Amino acid sequence: MPDQSQAPGRMRYLIPLFLFLIMAGFLFKGLFMDPRHIPSVLINKPVPEFNLPTLYDPEKLVSTADMKGKVWLLNVWASWCAACRAEHQVLNTIASMGIVDIIGLDYKDEEADGKRWLQQLGNPYKEVLVDKSGRVGIDFGVYGVPESFLIDAEGVIRHKFTGPLNYPDIKGVLIPKLNEIRGVER
Amino acid sequence: MKTVKTALFIGLFLMSGFAGAGALSSYSFDSKEEEQAFRELTAKIRCLVCQNQSLADSDAELAGDLRREVYALWKEQKSEEEIAEFLVARYGDFVLYDPPLKPSTYILWFGPFFLFLIGCYVLSRALKNKTEDKEVELTQEDQQRLKSLLKDDNDNREATK
Repeated sequence: MPDQSQAPGRMRYLIPLFLFLIMAGFLFKGLFMDPRHIPSVLINKPVPEFNLPTLYDPEKLVSTADMKGKVWLLNVWASWCAACRAEHQVLNTIASMGIVDIIGLDYKDEEADGKRWLQQLGNPYKEVLVDKSGRVGIDFGVYGVPESFLIDAEGVIRHKFTGPLNYPDIKGVLIPKLNEIRGVER
Repeated sequence: MKTVKTALFIGLFLMSGFAGAGALSSYSFDSKEEEQAFRELTAKIRCLVCQNQSLADSDAELAGDLRREVYALWKEQKSEEEIAEFLVARYGDFVLYDPPLKPSTYILWFGPFFLFLIGCYVLSRALKNKTEDKEVELTQEDQQRLKSLLKDDNDNREATK
């Protein structure tokens, strides 16, 4: 008899331990989460309207409508952005693979600095747009450079890469997403 | 030496006031009230670069750009809701310090009350158990046994005296 009544009583002392372990589990996961990674509200929304001059020909304007019918990757970068330097080789690789057109958005940058950057590191972009004031960046919800948006032929944003793209992203995210967008069976 | 220190302290103290005022000083306002209203509005918006600072306080470049946008909308007589809508459409609910009430934020808004109710339940049960321990109803048999025991006890005491 005494053993039976004692068993649940003893278990009760373990309740705080379990609660602690649950909390510790959440906090432990929190250690590996990036508070800077804010989920974009623009996923599955149409691309914001823009009409921007290009870096190599300021007379030439490229607008949202011009990009209709193409699957493209919009890469927001700047010559003052340190993380962009590491990312640039990845962009060069993507360009050489020829899997998707990359359009650069030179964000809040000096044209001369942007041109020098591309001369030094190579130009993976099909076209480079200039957003000197950062106004278009705001419409895209840009809060830290680099950021990249994968846009489908309908002009809908299908995926956002926050922070620099890396090599595993190409195989792990970019190619599967492109297949999904283009309706390719894997 | 002491006067130099005091002067330095007062100087730095005064400068700290300017540092806070700097973020909004480039905007012109018709009145003090208007400036105060704009300050209150931007204090409700989170700077996405330095996330523990509001748009009113942050010196980040993006915060400056967003302040300019908010100022332009505000000068167009846009309501606070319209300005919030503009920002949320681009940056999500995270940009507002006060999250809106909707299914994905229910746990945020009602979670604490839910935990409070659990706490109340646990507390009431604990208290009930305690009071139940005290009120043990005795059957007649028990009463008689108790009486006889007490009587024995008294008898014993008498005997030891």
